[in-house]
Amino acid sequence: MIQGLAALLLFQSLGEVIAQLSGAPVPGPVIGLVLLLAALVWRQRRGAGEWVPLAQAADGLLAHLSIFFIPAAVGVMLYWEPLAREGLAWVVAIVASTVATIAVTAAYLKGRLGDAPDETPPQ
Amino acid sequence: MNEGLAAKLPVGLGLALEPLAEVWVYLAATPLFGLTLTLGAYVAADHVSARTGRHPLANPVLWSVLAIIAVLAATGTPYRRYFEGAQFVHFLLGTATVALAIPLARLWPELRARSGALLTALALGAFTSIAVALGLAWALGASPTMLASLLPKSVTAPIAMGVAEKIGGSATLAAVFTVTTGIVGALVVTPLLNAMGVRDWAARGYAIGLAAHGIGTARAWSVHPRAGAYASLAMGLHGVLGALLLPWLGGWLRG
Repeated sequence: MIQGLAALLLFQSLGEVIAQLSGAPVPGPVIGLVLLLAALVWRQRRGAGEWVPLAQAADGLLAHLSIFFIPAAVGVMLYWEPLAREGLAWVVAIVASTVATIAVTAAYLKGRLGDAPDETPPQ
Repeated sequence: MNEGLAAKLPVGLGLALEPLAEVWVYLAATPLFGLTLTLGAYVAADHVSARTGRHPLANPVLWSVLAIIAVLAATGTPYRRYFEGAQFVHFLLGTATVALAIPLARLWPELRARSGALLTALALGAFTSIAVALGLAWALGASPTMLASLLPKSVTAPIAMGVAEKIGGSATLAAVFTVTTGIVGALVVTPLLNAMGVRDWAARGYAIGLAAHGIGTARAWSVHPRAGAYASLAMGLHGVLGALLLPWLGGWLRG
């Protein structure tokens, strides 16, 4: 698992270096994700199985993905005033557009992919 | 905090609490406080979420954030001090983003076979998100800064903040809108898609990852691994599309 974590940090660093050098608006971790995905697909093509330490580290982190958003989200407390001033406009816009986006995307994919339910029921 | 707390309490109690207050001053100055508060709030919120069978209203991000803000307000701790500890958790967000490559690699052959449908869904979803948000906010009289900050709200936060600044919005407002979008998405997705009769985990996950980036993707992971993998893919693709197209769209809208 610790080797897996080291590999993730290595790809994260690679992504950061590329983001800094290129000045692209894409964050380093997203570039790291693309690089690691390319490496893993290349491994698969060569017929290699999943590397267990990396799979363990990734599954461990992703099982509690929610927690990593908390520190940034608490930062909302710093911006009450500008938000309260134009409260109606942004709240209505966000709620309506989020509902519409989920509905349009899911309805389209339901039509394109068919609707085969998995065994596990929706929660 | 030390003097403030002791002064507010009755004399006897204040004296009895003084050693405790000193310990508090020490703890609050170390990263231990922000770190323990973040993990503690999350463990409690996640426990409640699991006990309610992952009910959307028991969203762990929402309740952890509210609990932490309440504790910070009650103890008079500034956000900056809290973040000194919480930054370790925040840093791992980048590492977790890289880790999304593993579930995507597992699904790769299936994703490639479906790439036409998935990319069309991306274009439709991204357009809907922008058109509805900007149209409504404009009709309700939002300021130009507000509109420019709303434009990238469905894209993952680090990209949204950079894009908003480029097109005359505010990075901080964009961060708040992104977080709000994520939480709204995580709250509405289950009842909405149940009502629409969408049962396929692939379609469900892709829709929430596209509309509500990381927080929506976290919700998808907690419900089903297939939904989580499709949500990760949608979030990543929407992030890249947003980083490439939104600065151009913002410039065009400002004329």
